[in-house]
Amino acid sequence: MGRFSGEGPRSACIVGIGETRYAKWGGMADRSEFSLACDAILAAAADAGVDPQDIDGFASFSDDRNEPSILQTALGTRVLRFASMVWGGGGGGSCGALAHACAAVESGLARCVVVFRGLCQGQQFRFGQFHPWTPHGALLAPFGLFSPPQMAALAAQRYRHLYGTTPEQFGRVALACRANAQRNPNAVMRGRPMTMDDYLASRTIASPLKLLDCCLESDGACALIVTTRERARDLAQRPVAVLASQGCEQHWGTGIIGAHAMPDEIYATGNGRTMAAELFARAGLSPADVDVAQLYDAFTITVMLALEDYGFCGRGEAGAFMDAGHGDWPNGKLPLNTSGGNLSEAYVHGLNLVVEGVRQMRGTSHSQVPDAEVCFASGAAGVTPTSAAILARM
Amino acid sequence: MPYLPNDQLRPEPSIDDAPFWEGCRARELRVQCCADCGRHRHPPTPRCPYCQSANLRWEAVRGPARLYTWTEVHHAAHPAVRGRGPYVVAVVEYPEMGGVRVISNLVDAAAPKIGAELALFWDDVGDGMWLPRYRGAGG
Repeated sequence: MGRFSGEGPRSACIVGIGETRYAKWGGMADRSEFSLACDAILAAAADAGVDPQDIDGFASFSDDRNEPSILQTALGTRVLRFASMVWGGGGGGSCGALAHACAAVESGLARCVVVFRGLCQGQQFRFGQFHPWTPHGALLAPFGLFSPPQMAALAAQRYRHLYGTTPEQFGRVALACRANAQRNPNAVMRGRPMTMDDYLASRTIASPLKLLDCCLESDGACALIVTTRERARDLAQRPVAVLASQGCEQHWGTGIIGAHAMPDEIYATGNGRTMAAELFARAGLSPADVDVAQLYDAFTITVMLALEDYGFCGRGEAGAFMDAGHGDWPNGKLPLNTSGGNLSEAYVHGLNLVVEGVRQMRGTSHSQVPDAEVCFASGAAGVTPTSAAILARM
Repeated sequence: MPYLPNDQLRPEPSIDDAPFWEGCRARELRVQCCADCGRHRHPPTPRCPYCQSANLRWEAVRGPARLYTWTEVHHAAHPAVRGRGPYVVAVVEYPEMGGVRVISNLVDAAAPKIGAELALFWDDVGDGMWLPRYRGAGG
């Protein structure tokens, strides 16, 4: 008997997780991004008890440079059956890549798919800096709109205008993540706790966003192994059930990380409302069934938008939700980003949030939520497509 | 002196948005309008988002411009603005054109107010190119 409606032996599950050490951008100068991606995939295979040569599919997002053409050589892939890339900026595709992997194993296109992200911003480029292939960039750059924090700031400004959200309420998101990072040995910000005064005193990047509203820029890689329930029986770990989706609202366009031409009625949302309703319906669950959430935290505002899109609170209520301590570990009703997230663990484009979700369902997180049975994870709010996943203990 | 440094931030027209920049050269802010259903859109796209028609015309903006949202940028994310100091990026809405929005700058507001009416002006960025920028309107 599973948590999701309609589960069967061919339903997808996550059977392995792997991570490298995480470092501030530039902290992996002696190892290539490709080498780190291989390490994470091999660690996930070892965790699962899967022969890495039996991985027959690769799924990633955001133009990950570690293409299957080079990975299948390094990993000795016997038969490559599936290779997919989710379009879309930033981490919008993290759970989307997971959705592809699930679809591949459930349809029989592939048997054992790895979802991975390798990202060395020190070796490549920093996302916090302008790069010319930003969607609609030609219409933005002449006006000095270059980088994701500036673009997210535009959404945050109007959100605050509409709902009266206070700086301290945004700060609660950053503080929750930083507190969780103190218990995570692999978190870049472990050993650097944060107070509300620290948050409020941090310099403005693009108003209203401060430095401590913004995620880290990191070097590292992580991976998850996806297969079917029936194949999981022979493997090393207790599997974690998964349902994942991609989504976008009508006329959202390039959205927050783009031209800001979204319809007025949904401007200060995260582009995930329709997808969220459909995902919960597929699972036969509601937001009230979720015990712990890993919400994509490129910026504090993206967590607020996700809380509302996915139905954990009403529109405009995320500030009050955080004020009430609902997002805090261990006593909040929905502890958030229990590894520290993109804000305080590392920026591995949010796939590290999904890895932490699997730990929660295994009962092995450093900030374990007691008796957690259902975890919600999301890709970056506001980009197209965004994505989300529901994980469940089996 | 234009509002932002000029050297690395020139418009780079593409096939899809070239008429927008031609309008800027003529100091007329133009957005696409569907020739079949009459709805406006921006950024430019080869098909109407509402009826998928390929028939389009470019129309000059009309009616009041209002501040939809804004940010004061302090951290220079591009070498061209290093040392420039804070500047304001504005999302500007034209309510009488179906709420079509453009990204621009607000050059004179100490405390920008969402919903405030703005006045368009043309900023000379050289070589015959002008950029649409905004000031507070009146008072």
